[in-house]
Amino acid sequence: MKDRLIPSIIIISFIIIFLIFYKGLQETNIYTPKSEIKKDIPIFSSVKFDTKENINSSEIFNSNKFYLLNIWASWCVPCRQEHSYLMRLSENNKITLIGLNYKDNFNNAQNFLTKLGNPYETILLDEDGTISIEWGAYGVPETFLIHKNKIVAKYIGPLNEKLINEINSIIK
Amino acid sequence: MRILKIILIILLLIPKISFADDQLERNKITKNLRCLICQGQSVYDSDSDFANSMKILVDKKLEEGLSENQIYDFFKEKYGEWILYEPSLNKNTYILWILPILIFLLGGAIILKKLKFKN
Repeated sequence: MKDRLIPSIIIISFIIIFLIFYKGLQETNIYTPKSEIKKDIPIFSSVKFDTKENINSSEIFNSNKFYLLNIWASWCVPCRQEHSYLMRLSENNKITLIGLNYKDNFNNAQNFLTKLGNPYETILLDEDGTISIEWGAYGVPETFLIHKNKIVAKYIGPLNEKLINEINSIIK
Repeated sequence: MRILKIILIILLLIPKISFADDQLERNKITKNLRCLICQGQSVYDSDSDFANSMKILVDKKLEEGLSENQIYDFFKEKYGEWILYEPSLNKNTYILWILPILIFLLGGAIILKKLKFKN
């Protein structure tokens, strides 16, 4: 009896470990933290893209309307894809679009906007990427929907038709 | 003259020492932060855009006078517990912390029993 006990314990443990790993393989490994939803927006100061004057976050997100903060860069290909959706969204007067230009070259960024249009009311500069980290972002493009100084929704990656409809239904 | 020399040497050394301290502190912190867009790399090891920005931000926070734990809390609030390589002990992580000790004790018990059996 005792001779059989140890091998069977070992075999059962291996089966359990195998099942755990097998299940782990099927799960998605893209990790998105749930923590920042409904979090307060960070307090930061930045420089305006066009006039190069300093500006505090409290001067931008100062009313109770909806804001959409979009992190973008001219070198980012998915940003081009989502740009037409942002242009469309900017026609809606219930929402103000704020751009955060991430680690970009000024001339390239300006060419990008002249070519594809400027949907943003204000564009801020994030030259070293630290403001994006303050927001809890991973990279470009990334979009935050803000209401009453709280992050209501966060979209990692380019916006698409479905997400724009979702944003429109939230701000309705 | 000698005293003057000594003072001069001390003055020259002070910024170096404090700089080295900052660097050590920064390295220690960035080694415990996970680069979230890299595969299995810490912020310290990675040279990605994300990790480089994190390094700059850690420097800024250190300059602002935040302690190591305050910096961890800051990043934890932004990105969740996952960003830390050394998660804190709470109800979600206690198995993670206790399991190695349990396995160690169990192994020790088996070895002891075997040794006793041999004797």
